[in-house]
Amino acid sequence: MLNNRIIEPPYLATASGLLNLVKHTRPWNIILVLIGALAAAVAVAWAMGRHTSSASAGSPHPGPDASYDQTLVAKGAWLAAIGNCNTCHTASNGRTFAGGRPLSTPFGTIYATNITPDRETGIGSWSASDFLRAMHQGVDREGRDLYPAFPYDHFTHVANEDVNAIYAFLMTRDPVRAKTPANRILVPRPAISVWKALYFKPGPLAPDAAHDASWNRGRYLVDGLAHCGGCHTPRNALGAEKEREDLAGGTVEGWRAPALNEASPAPSLWTAEQLVVYLRTGFDAAHGTAAGAMAPVAHNLSSVPEAEVSAIAVYIAARMAASAGARATAAGNAPGSQGAAPVERSARGDDARQADVRPAKDGDAIYRTACADCHDGGRRGIALGYSSSMTDTTPANLIRVTLDGIHPREGEKGELMPAFRGALDDTQLASLIAFLRARFSRAPPWQDIGGEVAKAKRERESEDRKSS
Amino acid sequence: MITLNVNGKTHEVDADPATPLLYVLRNDLKLNGAKFGCGLGQCGACTVMVDGEAVYSCLTPILLLQGRSIKTLEGLGTAEQPGPLQQAFIDEQAAQCGYCIPGMIMRAQALLERNPSPSDEQIRAHMNAGLCRCGTHMRILRAVHRASKTMQGAIPGAKRA
Repeated sequence: MLNNRIIEPPYLATASGLLNLVKHTRPWNIILVLIGALAAAVAVAWAMGRHTSSASAGSPHPGPDASYDQTLVAKGAWLAAIGNCNTCHTASNGRTFAGGRPLSTPFGTIYATNITPDRETGIGSWSASDFLRAMHQGVDREGRDLYPAFPYDHFTHVANEDVNAIYAFLMTRDPVRAKTPANRILVPRPAISVWKALYFKPGPLAPDAAHDASWNRGRYLVDGLAHCGGCHTPRNALGAEKEREDLAGGTVEGWRAPALNEASPAPSLWTAEQLVVYLRTGFDAAHGTAAGAMAPVAHNLSSVPEAEVSAIAVYIAARMAASAGARATAAGNAPGSQGAAPVERSARGDDARQADVRPAKDGDAIYRTACADCHDGGRRGIALGYSSSMTDTTPANLIRVTLDGIHPREGEKGELMPAFRGALDDTQLASLIAFLRARFSRAPPWQDIGGEVAKAKRERESEDRKSS
Repeated sequence: MITLNVNGKTHEVDADPATPLLYVLRNDLKLNGAKFGCGLGQCGACTVMVDGEAVYSCLTPILLLQGRSIKTLEGLGTAEQPGPLQQAFIDEQAAQCGYCIPGMIMRAQALLERNPSPSDEQIRAHMNAGLCRCGTHMRILRAVHRASKTMQGAIPGAKRA
């Protein structure tokens, strides 16, 4: 009975659904409707007698729908948090899940859709099988291909029972009437089928018998619902994740999403325990703060049962530790035994890189006067030798954190660093970045720091233009 | 000696390059508009403008400021002849105790100089970095909106004292 309800909610056989019918029906039809209502009332009373928890008394989806099992809804809530659904499907200052957030891609701007149960503008008229098909096959209710900005290349791995739990969760949210703006994208919809033929591999992942249940659950979540590769795997020219570079590091909204495989730039090898703390609180003392697009991910995971986050951590930690040798080469660090000391070396004297002598000298003075008060000598800020922003392949994250700081989520406690945009001019910022790289990593100097600084600054200019 | 350009005037300052700008403004130059609040770049009471950007003067060493253009509250107008943004704060009675207001004004000035007609959302996002314990935020927002209207076409600094 319960499963049937999830597949096809009984839209019409509900009391207020009938009331709506009455309102919009000619008088001579009302008598028929009343007979129907009586029959429905008997049916509902009978159902309540059998399944008190699944009694339905609401119109299709005008609000919390008691016809769904609450355990299923609760599970759907944490699975939706793992899936990070709210981050894309909520506009800035918009209602949760009501869509409208623009997603910039190299092919144009796509607006995330309304996934509240509103019948007109959301997914209120979607059945569970429509929803399952969208998650597994990447098509909408009418069967049209969806743009892969919706990560069905990952969601296709999610088990039916988990998809059904998410459906139950979404269908019990408040419906919000919010029409999604039209996409501004250069790729016509029919072209998606070509993309799918090339890159989309539907179906579940086979468990790997060589690993334990926790690792397998972790891989299931990471490759499936959590779609970590969406940001942490590099993409090809057609926007598909490069299969052979799974979790090798990518770019998202100007930020670098560091490699989560053996190429991880973390100066100190992550343990699964540290990852759990980081993923659930947004901070780990030996690695730093979840910033940029990772901040909402950590916030979502704070509401997820620890066992699920643990599984993710076990899998990711195993991927990072896969090859200590490769890791050392990539990060330019000493071979990463657990808890390896972070790099800190003097930029003055023999080991200063020649190309950087002048910037390093200026950068050193800037570091001592503007940064060291917090970041040196065991005071408030994280010791920078622990930060993968220093050791990663691009200075994107270091530049963005220096310009805009780190801020806790509105109204909550968290790590804080003030913004230094304005305090440093572009030349000073570039000198500081070059110095930090030389002092806190053994990796080669970054090329084109100036270009990255200019890119980061252009982002705010385009923000300014939005509604002025 | 470090040379600082404050409100269009050049000053030779004999201070350690690590000295925060706020101390130099208040103690050496006797410009007391900017206030010491938290000293950690979290409250915004010390905010001034450097090259058009809002900056926490309590965190900014003067080492960084040689040859750059610093503007403080005193650079926007006087008690007798307030600038348009200051006038908007007066018109909206946006100050209660007033301690945060110099920083709020300088932060708003930086926004209006680069974006003369910001949306309410943009004003809120930009002003988020300033704290007011009296709770006059709604009046502050109204003052910024008002100034955005009165300053249209008259910025930057046409009415400078």
